Amino acid sequence: MSPSLFVEQSLNGVQLGVMLFLMAAGLTLVFGIMNLINLAHGSLYMAGAFFAATVFQLTDSFTLAVLVAVPASALVGAFVEWAVLRRFYQRSHLDQVLVTFGLILVFNDVVRMIWGVVPVPLSPPDALSGPVHLFGGVEYPAFRLAILAVGALVALGLYIVVSHTRVGMWIRAGASDRPMASALGVDVELVFSLVFSAGAALAGLAGLMAGPITAVQVGMGEPILILALVVTVIGGIGSIRGAFVAALIIGIGDTFGRVLLPPALGSMVIFMLMAAILAWRPKGLFPVHG
Amino acid sequence: MKHSFRIAVLAGVAATFAASAARAQTPLKIGFVSSMSGPEGVIGRDLLDAFNLALKDKNNTMGGRPVQVVVGDDQVKPDVGRAVVDKMIDSDKVDLLTGINFSNVLLAVIKPILDSGKFYISPNAGPSQLAGKQCNPHLFSVGFQNDNNFEGLGKYMKEKGFKKIYFMAPNYPAGKDMLTGFKRYFGDAMQAEVFTAMGQLDYSAEIAQLRAAKPDAVVMFYPGGMGINFTKQYAQAGLMKDIPLYTGPGTVDQTTLGAIGDAAIGMYTGAMWSEFLDNPASKKFDADFEAAYKRIPSQYAAQGYDTGHVIQAAVDAVGGKIDDKAAFQKALENVKFDSVRGNFKFNTNHFPIQDYYLVQVEKDAKGRLVSALKQKIMSNLADAYVGDCQMPK
Repeated sequence: MSPSLFVEQSLNGVQLGVMLFLMAAGLTLVFGIMNLINLAHGSLYMAGAFFAATVFQLTDSFTLAVLVAVPASALVGAFVEWAVLRRFYQRSHLDQVLVTFGLILVFNDVVRMIWGVVPVPLSPPDALSGPVHLFGGVEYPAFRLAILAVGALVALGLYIVVSHTRVGMWIRAGASDRPMASALGVDVELVFSLVFSAGAALAGLAGLMAGPITAVQVGMGEPILILALVVTVIGGIGSIRGAFVAALIIGIGDTFGRVLLPPALGSMVIFMLMAAILAWRPKGLFPVHG
Repeated sequence: MKHSFRIAVLAGVAATFAASAARAQTPLKIGFVSSMSGPEGVIGRDLLDAFNLALKDKNNTMGGRPVQVVVGDDQVKPDVGRAVVDKMIDSDKVDLLTGINFSNVLLAVIKPILDSGKFYISPNAGPSQLAGKQCNPHLFSVGFQNDNNFEGLGKYMKEKGFKKIYFMAPNYPAGKDMLTGFKRYFGDAMQAEVFTAMGQLDYSAEIAQLRAAKPDAVVMFYPGGMGINFTKQYAQAGLMKDIPLYTGPGTVDQTTLGAIGDAAIGMYTGAMWSEFLDNPASKKFDADFEAAYKRIPSQYAAQGYDTGHVIQAAVDAVGGKIDDKAAFQKALENVKFDSVRGNFKFNTNHFPIQDYYLVQVEKDAKGRLVSALKQKIMSNLADAYVGDCQMPK
């Protein structure tokens, strides 16, 4: 592998990583703080992509698509939390898996009713549609660089919010000891709603960023959900930092695994990494609870 | 007076009932199993819409019997397909089955169908096993044998003098079939053969590798959503103008072009039908399909349409008596219908002998993306497995 190809593949790995991080951040917070397994997280990713595709088609402005799709996904998330999931915080994980799996089916059919079965178009904004020349003769798709930048900014923003603000303190308190946090006067219900909506917004952002490079179609959230769950588990449930590190490990591991190993092995790299890391650290890289 | 009038009316009504009861035949039930939900639901929809369109030509009757289509969804899962087929045979009591688009589903359900004595007419899936050793008197494939589409491409690209070919496909049976087909006519010397995971979303790593390899052309088979992902990413990497991209069925057609958008312009496909094919049946199909469904038909739709006409013509030929299996089989083998492909007949293994074309994605006069017909690349192509088939008499 030549140096420039190595650089390009590393960029690919990191870019896949930050993409997964956007998905996993919301999932890990919801799981860690609310103790809720939300399989419908992928549906919010799908919602983000479809909202963005519609707005982009109508207005021809990608910026506007982002400005509409992210809050719209957050609203959908808030509505689902309020209407359904709120009733399931105290129930067993199996009940949560069942109800959120049911939500996946409902979301898929609602999307099919509104947008139809044919995948909808969503292309990158014109300015980012081609490749750009980087140092050393590396050509890299401009839109993927944008994903990288957005992902890195979101990671930084989340770090600041979670580690250096009062809301972040509540979130961390909720994640490590819920009964104690509520005993100390944290409005747990409000924090839950906020966290869930923020997670939905991130999923929507991930969906709309993924839309221009993948197919925007019914069921697009399920494959990415599996990867996000792997990232969540490797990182340590509830840990934003863990999710970030794990997402990068998975992104880079998967990219180089696919290129360097035979196909059957290459597609298993993610799961072999997960098995190895969990054998070494059963609670993930950065466990939050005890 | 009034009294006798009432009796006359009653008698008339009764007579009408009796007459219609005598005329009404038992309906012919056709089980249509396909992928109707999920990302691949668009394929099942095109197959079924065009199939129904074909039946409308004779007001949904075949051989004097009204036709009832029972639709089932296999969800692209062999086990689900199996359950749907069992139900259709046992409780719906269908007379024959059709519809399946994925080879892995077909391979799982074909035995129970044939064991129950029903006929199966395949609109799409054409796995090599069923064309060769496991060929069956009651199994007919109207679509193609999987290898065929890439055989045409292989021949064309060899003639054009391409040397370094970079092949990519998902790691599953049809992907291997396509490569086998390509090599059968191109030769074994490929620059690279890359197989990726089924359902893969991101191809950036593979695209970086292929850019570094500097091939003359890329030949890929990514049906459905995978094709959308790959093609968008290939165009965004700026490769579409440098390295021509060739593919086979179901990758860049009317089921995916809308989603890929202008990124697909310039791509080549080896196909057995194009909406620009110049024959009366194809022209009628284009017009009827667009009038009925307000969209351009895909190749899947063309196959569904021909499948409807094959069944129609054969059932008409036996006067609706498909229980006479030998006669119905003979009617299918010698079926005469106006194929949208123009040139079509069944080989001795009940798979098609037909022509193949090179089509290229362009914009038509209305600014819509279409598969423009470039040239014929193969005439009267039979499949390579017909020699392995010993059709029981």
